[in-house]
Amino acid sequence: MYQTVLDAEAGGGSAALRDLHLSAYRFMLQARLLDEKLASLYRAGKIHGGVFLSRGQEALSVSIGVSLRKTDVFSPLIRDSAGRLAFGESILDSLQTCLGSALGPMRGRDGNVHRGRPRDGYLAMISHLGAMISVVNGALFARRFKGITDVVGATCIGDGGTATGSFHEALNQAAVEKLPLVLVVANNQYAYSTPNDREFACADLADRAVGYGVTPHSVDGTDLSACLAVLGRAVAQARAGGGPQLVVASLLRLCGHGEHDDAGYIDPKIKNSPLGRDCLKVAEDILISRQWADATELAQWRNEAVRAIETTVARVQREPAPDPFAEQWTAVSGTDLRETHEELGV
Amino acid sequence: MSITYLEAIREAQAVALRDDPRVFIYGQDVGAFGGAFKATKNLAKEFPGRVFDAPISEDAMVGLAVGAAIEGLRPIIEMQFADFSTAGFNQIVNQAATLFWRTKVPCSLTVRLPFGGTSGSGPFHSQSLETIYAHYPGLIVMTPATVEDAYSMLIAAVAIDDPVIFCEHKFLYYHLKAEALPSEALPIGKARIAREGRDLTIVAYSAMVHEALAAAAELAPEGWQIEVVDLRTVKPLDTDTVMASVARTGRLLCVGEAWPWGGVTAEVIARVASEGFGLLDVPPQRLNAKDTPIPYHPNLWAAHRPTARAIAAAARKMLRL
Ligand SMILES: Cc1ncc(C[n+]2csc(CCOP(=O)(O)OP(=O)(O)O)c2C)c(N)n1
Ligand SMILES: [Mg+2]
Repeated sequence: MYQTVLDAEAGGGSAALRDLHLSAYRFMLQARLLDEKLASLYRAGKIHGGVFLSRGQEALSVSIGVSLRKTDVFSPLIRDSAGRLAFGESILDSLQTCLGSALGPMRGRDGNVHRGRPRDGYLAMISHLGAMISVVNGALFARRFKGITDVVGATCIGDGGTATGSFHEALNQAAVEKLPLVLVVANNQYAYSTPNDREFACADLADRAVGYGVTPHSVDGTDLSACLAVLGRAVAQARAGGGPQLVVASLLRLCGHGEHDDAGYIDPKIKNSPLGRDCLKVAEDILISRQWADATELAQWRNEAVRAIETTVARVQREPAPDPFAEQWTAVSGTDLRETHEELGV
Repeated sequence: MSITYLEAIREAQAVALRDDPRVFIYGQDVGAFGGAFKATKNLAKEFPGRVFDAPISEDAMVGLAVGAAIEGLRPIIEMQFADFSTAGFNQIVNQAATLFWRTKVPCSLTVRLPFGGTSGSGPFHSQSLETIYAHYPGLIVMTPATVEDAYSMLIAAVAIDDPVIFCEHKFLYYHLKAEALPSEALPIGKARIAREGRDLTIVAYSAMVHEALAAAAELAPEGWQIEVVDLRTVKPLDTDTVMASVARTGRLLCVGEAWPWGGVTAEVIARVASEGFGLLDVPPQRLNAKDTPIPYHPNLWAAHRPTARAIAAAARKMLRL
């Protein structure tokens, strides 16, 4: 994909660049509409537990997804609904997990953003921030160990998550091992309610890369074109043997931390700054101004996405919930190694 | 006036900040935002310079608290969820817990752990970690079950010279209400008889005390008088009160929301079996969560942890013996 972007950058409005934008935009749109559906299901009391949305972060996230190949490794985090779809996750997987269907990939055992298909290189995050990065390192290490080349692993984290020890250990580890890791930091200015200045004191999070011997990239996370170019470049450099890449994007989350949160702590000055632009709107403006799409097409894609989501919701709502009596109450895979003592809940 | 378990925790911290200038609060979003659960609501405003937002750095949060404790301060650390305390585990169990033993310098700090299951919270926002902390020498582990205890025990925790792991149950935050805050309390380390009975003793702590009380109420019309012992602190563990209760009833059922393997319930049974074997009319039993991570779906979650119904069923079996 990177080559495509390079060619496209050179050739101006080439067809490849247009196609890349169109495909990215449609994933963004699907992600936004899926998020909106999840929010309304949550408000209607149809979703247990929390709902965490990606509003405002779709341009960045989708650019990761479309820059990767299906054979790569991807470990998305909380605000990656667009990147998940672009990497190949189905709307079905997402809804089955959020609605707790027994037929979904997580079988009702885990929910919302904690989903994945690890065998497909699509890792299922745990909540502990920073913890997935070294796991991606491990997957990349293993591929190299097995002689599989031409692989990239991408994972995401928020500005807040960069303060974890895990983040620093894993970034250093990736650099020492020269792994093809692309670590994407979505700096949305807040970690829950905590502003950047209570999270870190360096001028720019991209500076963190230098100390570890990692290549830094910075990008305006509200601008789809910029995100596609930078992520395409970072992924290509990692694939070409350039070692770990740290991409830091500036943007703003245009929603609460979760749907329970009204985000009243966000400074109106930031909201009204360019960081507060809605990346979906920006992407639409790009498509229209470059004459890559017109209003009728945008409306048609929206309708298609809405229909796909509604159909899938209707399907998942008819699926069975997990049955505690049929549940295998064990967390050990080896059947001969399981506790047989009744009190341990066999 | 009525006050919730969560408000009691907030009030206790206000009292600690007001009465002791050495106290400060440090944790993610605890400042102007008042914490993820609002347990520090308005405290930053009421006590300027005493409540600090921390980066998402649990290891460093606890390390800072240990350093401050060495300097004579009394930090209260709020973990956003107990589950994330594992990211600060090393500093808690190897630094805080060993300091006094190694150096004679006591390590007075309180780590608040919002813990336990609530429906739909899944494997990483539901854990009960009292057992693993109790396993390490040097830590006091509190598990208040009532609004009154949440209040008085947190005030006591801050005053104690040793590191305290304060396990506050999220399920009780809003559910549990009291008319007023207490002016006195049982000493720390002393269990409480939450309900008197003569046929069977249920030992429980934290949210499970309420499940046990509901089970006792369910069994009362069947003619059974169930005694419920609320441990209050799981470390130190008040063996005397448990033993005295078992001496009265001859039957012991221990209930805990944590995982079964080597848990608090196992410890209680081990003590009663080794020191009070002759008091037991029937084999002691325990009821815990199942030995899997905590499931997200409410159907699975309800079957994963002990409930009043499951406790009553287990008690009935023992009573028929
Ligand atoms: C180790 C750890 N500590 C605390 C939390 C609780 N927590 C969940 S999200 C969050 C804020 C994350 O902020 P950031 O990394 O900036 O991501 P954003 O939500 O802004 O996308 C916190 C503190 C956690 N998940 N993991
Ligand atoms: Mg953030």
